[in-house]
Amino acid sequence: MTLAPDLTISGSATIDGATLFAPLTLSLGAGAWTCLLGGSGVGKTTVLRLIAGLETGGTFSGKIMASDGLLVSDRVAYMAQDDLLLPWATVAQNISLGARLRGEKPDLDRRDRLIKRMRLQDHMTKKPSELSGGQRQRVALARTLMEDRPIVLLDEPFSALDARTRADMQDLAAEALAGRTVLLVTHDPGEAARLGQSIVVMTEHGLTHCEPPHAPAPRSVDDLATLETQGALLRLLREGAA
Amino acid sequence: MKYLSALAATLFALVIWQGIVTLTGLPKFILPGPALVAETWWQNRWLIAEHAWITAVEVVIGLAFGTVLGVITALQLANSRAARVLVQPMLVFTQALPVFALAPLLTLWLGYGLWSKVAMAVLIIYFPITSSFFDGLMRTPPGYLDLARTMQASKRSVLWHIRIPAALPSLASGMRLAAVYAPIGAVIGEWVGSSQGLGYLMLLANGRAKTDLMFAAMLTLGVFSILLHMIVRRATAHMAGEAR
Ligand SMILES: Nc1ncnc2c1ncn2[C@@H]1O[C@H](COP(=O)(O)OP(=O)(O)OP(=O)(O)O)[C@@H](O)[C@H]1O
Ligand SMILES: [Mg+2]
Repeated sequence: MTLAPDLTISGSATIDGATLFAPLTLSLGAGAWTCLLGGSGVGKTTVLRLIAGLETGGTFSGKIMASDGLLVSDRVAYMAQDDLLLPWATVAQNISLGARLRGEKPDLDRRDRLIKRMRLQDHMTKKPSELSGGQRQRVALARTLMEDRPIVLLDEPFSALDARTRADMQDLAAEALAGRTVLLVTHDPGEAARLGQSIVVMTEHGLTHCEPPHAPAPRSVDDLATLETQGALLRLLREGAA
Repeated sequence: MKYLSALAATLFALVIWQGIVTLTGLPKFILPGPALVAETWWQNRWLIAEHAWITAVEVVIGLAFGTVLGVITALQLANSRAARVLVQPMLVFTQALPVFALAPLLTLWLGYGLWSKVAMAVLIIYFPITSSFFDGLMRTPPGYLDLARTMQASKRSVLWHIRIPAALPSLASGMRLAAVYAPIGAVIGEWVGSSQGLGYLMLLANGRAKTDLMFAAMLTLGVFSILLHMIVRRATAHMAGEAR
């Protein structure tokens, strides 16, 4: 893995001539987690796809730059809102898909360690259709972590998990992705308060920053400052971040 | 349950058939009853088997060639825009031609033997195989392609690891269709010119007013087609993602 860079995305986007989001500047700190919240349809996934260099339905005018001046899109790992597991491949094959697609030998030790940490060891040889929604999401997360990339984009990666597994996976992801530049899209203020080193709320008018707690992430679920931030965030979201 | 209903349907058809024969009192060279056809079938079982074997060989070879050719064509089309621009209209145009009209020509080119019938079967199944597999290759879920792109997959490895596996269920349905069409192709080839095969036998029996033998040969062809369809269905179950 190369060193994680700072990332800046600045510009605006339109879809069929209509404004999707007004000019904004989103900065992602090098090696830090940035959490992006905002109402449905406000353009969070679009921002993620732009950084990943993927097609969006609209037109973006602006710049996406890394502090080291290198290309961004070929250094990202992207976990989409859909799990995108290949139905014909087993769980283990899905997790090591990246290496197979690049014609490399997958690091099987690393894969097996991830599978164990994700509590998927009983499902290794199953097909995705035999898994629950939460299990599928864990496989997709494992596949994303398996890609050893300096920039990681996560689109609601924990949304289908039960409360306990969600907290566990948040801890795991925070540990596994330490030192990387991470952009996490979430609808859960509690999640953002636990994980964010920077927390941003997106509305059609632009971005509003929310002060994260001082403790290092991942913060304990019952940490007072974290709960306070969670409350403040929820209030911000309800006010439409006006 | 499926077998029971098939059995019931067969019995029902036989009863209707016998009913028509009895009620109308048609002479047996116009419409023979099921009992007579069964008797004729049994008496001529070796003759029928010999001709059925010939047809079966034509069909199986035709199916194999047609599938391979269709798969190769679909891959070429999916892989190259130039191929799509040049070949696709041609492919559609050949579908607008009545392929049966080519049968005499095939006999002229390839002779009275096996190969003109194989060619006829290939011609008939080539399009369904090609178009179903090609459609599958072009309709890869875009999310998979996005994922592959962020993983820096080459075009070739996307084809091999994602587009082809995602298109296998479409290919399976093309092959199932082909299993039904291929015997029709072979029999048409036999009608136009041959001295062997179920198609030939049907024509021969018809010409000599042996309608019972004609029915026996035709029903044999029907049973063969159903068997073939079942075998291909089973063989492609894994491709279609039905196996487990
Ligand atoms: N491929 C597309 N073509 C046309 N419009 C699109 C396309 N993708 C997204 N949009 C539109 O762009 C807007 C933003 O979509 P986006 O997926 O970025 O929202 P989001 O903030 O991620 O929402 P959610 O929280 O529901 O996932 C929506 O209004 C959506 O209808
Ligand atoms: Mg989204």
